[in-house]
Amino acid sequence: MPHLKRLKQQRVMPGFGLTLGLTMLYLSLVVLIPLSALFFKTFTLSADEFWLAVSSPRVMASYRLTFGAAFIAAFFNLFTGLLLAWVLVRYEFPGKKLVDALVDLPFALPTAVAGISLTALLAGNGWIGAYLQAWDIQVAFTPAGIVIALIFIGIPFVVRTVQPVLEEAEKELEEAATCLGATPWQAFAKVILPTITPALLTGFAMAFARAIGEYGSVIFIAGNMPMVSEITSLIIIGKLEQYDIAGATAVAVVMLIGSFILLMVINLLQAWQRKRAGMKS
Amino acid sequence: MNIRRILIALALLFVFLFLVLPLAAVFTEALRKGLGAYFATLEDPDSWAAIGLSLFITAIVVPMNLLFGVCAAWAVAKHDFKGKSFLITLIDLPFSVSPVVAGLVYVLVFGANGWFGGWLLANDIKIIFAVPGMVIATVFVTLPFIARELIPLMQAQGSDEEQAAIVLGASGWQVFYRVTLPNIKWGLIYGVILCNARSMGEFGAVAVVSGHIRGQTNTMPLQVEILYNEYQSVAAFTIASLLALLALVTLLIKTFVQWRQHKAEQLLTQGLS
Repeated sequence: MPHLKRLKQQRVMPGFGLTLGLTMLYLSLVVLIPLSALFFKTFTLSADEFWLAVSSPRVMASYRLTFGAAFIAAFFNLFTGLLLAWVLVRYEFPGKKLVDALVDLPFALPTAVAGISLTALLAGNGWIGAYLQAWDIQVAFTPAGIVIALIFIGIPFVVRTVQPVLEEAEKELEEAATCLGATPWQAFAKVILPTITPALLTGFAMAFARAIGEYGSVIFIAGNMPMVSEITSLIIIGKLEQYDIAGATAVAVVMLIGSFILLMVINLLQAWQRKRAGMKS
Repeated sequence: MNIRRILIALALLFVFLFLVLPLAAVFTEALRKGLGAYFATLEDPDSWAAIGLSLFITAIVVPMNLLFGVCAAWAVAKHDFKGKSFLITLIDLPFSVSPVVAGLVYVLVFGANGWFGGWLLANDIKIIFAVPGMVIATVFVTLPFIARELIPLMQAQGSDEEQAAIVLGASGWQVFYRVTLPNIKWGLIYGVILCNARSMGEFGAVAVVSGHIRGQTNTMPLQVEILYNEYQSVAAFTIASLLALLALVTLLIKTFVQWRQHKAEQLLTQGLS
C-alpha cells in the first residue's frame, strides 16, 4: 500500500517545475514587485500626510463621483444585461448573431475611441445631444455623461456571465412550474431568478470594478471640473503632473484597496455560483 | 407572445443606442470632410509614427504574454499543487488594477525618484517617458488575457491524452506540440486577438508613462487624444476609425473562432455517441 501511494504522488506530466517557475518569475517581475512599490512609497508618508492626501475635499468629491457613477452604471447594466442575455438565449430573431457579436464591442474598442465617440454623440450638436438639448437636458460634460460612458464600458460583463447559466438552466423546471399553474412571471421569479442570481451579481461586481478604474472613455465626456465631474483616476494623473508623486501614490493605494475588496467579493460570488451549479447536477 | 416582441424590441433599441450609434459616429465623424481629409491625416508623419509605435509595442507584448499564458496554463491546468487558486487570482490581478494605477506603479519603480531611477540616470537609460516603459505598462494590463483563455479550456480537456502520449514514449516537448497545441489552437488564437486588441488600444496606463512626445512616444490612442484636444476632430476620428476597424476585425475573428470551437465540440459528441 505505501508503495502504491508513492506511485500516485509521482508526477506523470512533465514540465511542472519549468512552467511554474517561469510563471512565478514573470508575475513577480511584472506585477508583484512593481505593485509592492506602491505600498513602500506610501510608508514614506507620515499618517497625517497620508490622511491629508486622501481626504481633501476635492479628493473626497472624486471618490463619491467615481464610486457613485460606477454603481449607477453597473446597476443599469444589471437590467440591460439580463434583458440581452435572456433575449439572446431564449428567442430567435433576425440579426441575433450580429447582436451577440456586438455585445463584446466595448471589450474590443479602445476606450479613448469610445470616449470621443460618445462625446460627439451627446454634445449639443451631436445626433442624440441635439434632441436632448431641445428638452434642455445636458449629458455631455456632466456627471450624467460619465454614467453613460461607464454603462458602455460595462455592457458585456452581465451578459457574458448570465448567458451560459441561462443556457444550462433546465427548461423542464420552468415548464413544470407553468403546468402546476404558475404565471410566466411567477415561473421567472421563483424558478429562473434564483438560478441566475449568483451569475447576475458576479457580472454586476465585475462591471462595477471595471467602472471604478476606467479612465480613457470618461475623461473626454466628463468635462473634468474639480468637485463636480473629476474622477479619482484623473486626480492621480493631476498629482503626477504636479510632481506630487507621494500624493498620487496615496490616492492610488485607496483605489487599489477598493479594487481588492471587490475582487474578493467577486471570488466569493463565483464560489457561490459553482456551489449552486454543483447542487443542481 | 407579446412579451417576447416587447423584450426583443427593447434589447434591439438598447443595442442600437449604446453600441451601433457610437460605432457609426466614429466613421461618420472621420469622413465629415470627405475622403481627401481622411487620407491627408493618414499621410501625416505623426500619424505614421503613432501607428508604427502601436504596432511595435504590440509586436513585443503579445509574444511575451503568449509565452507566459501557455506556461501558466500548463502549470495550473495539468498539475495539482497547493495555492493553485491563489495563483489564478494573482494572474487575474491586473484586471482589477486601474490602468492609471498600473502606469503609476512603473513611475515609482523606474521614474527619476524611483527605486532604480538614480541607477538608470547614471547609465543613461530611459524607461519612463520612453518606449520601454510603455511596453512594460502594456505587458501589465494585457497579462491575463491569454492565460485566462487557456486555463479553463485546458482544465476541461484534462490530461488523459497527454498521459497516453507519454506512456507511448513521447518527450515533453512532443506532447505539447503534437497533443496539447492542436487541442488548444482556437482558444490560443482567441486569447491572442484579445491581447492584441487591448495592447493596440491601451490608453490610461500608457498615458501615464509616455510623456506625450509627438512622433516619438505617441501611440494611436494617445494621438487621438492630442488631436481631439487640439480641436482637430476629423483627424482624431480618422485615427480612431482605424482602431474601430481593428475592433470590428477582432469581433469577426472571435465569432469565427467560437463557431469553430462549437463545431469541434459537436463533432466530438457525435463521435462519442
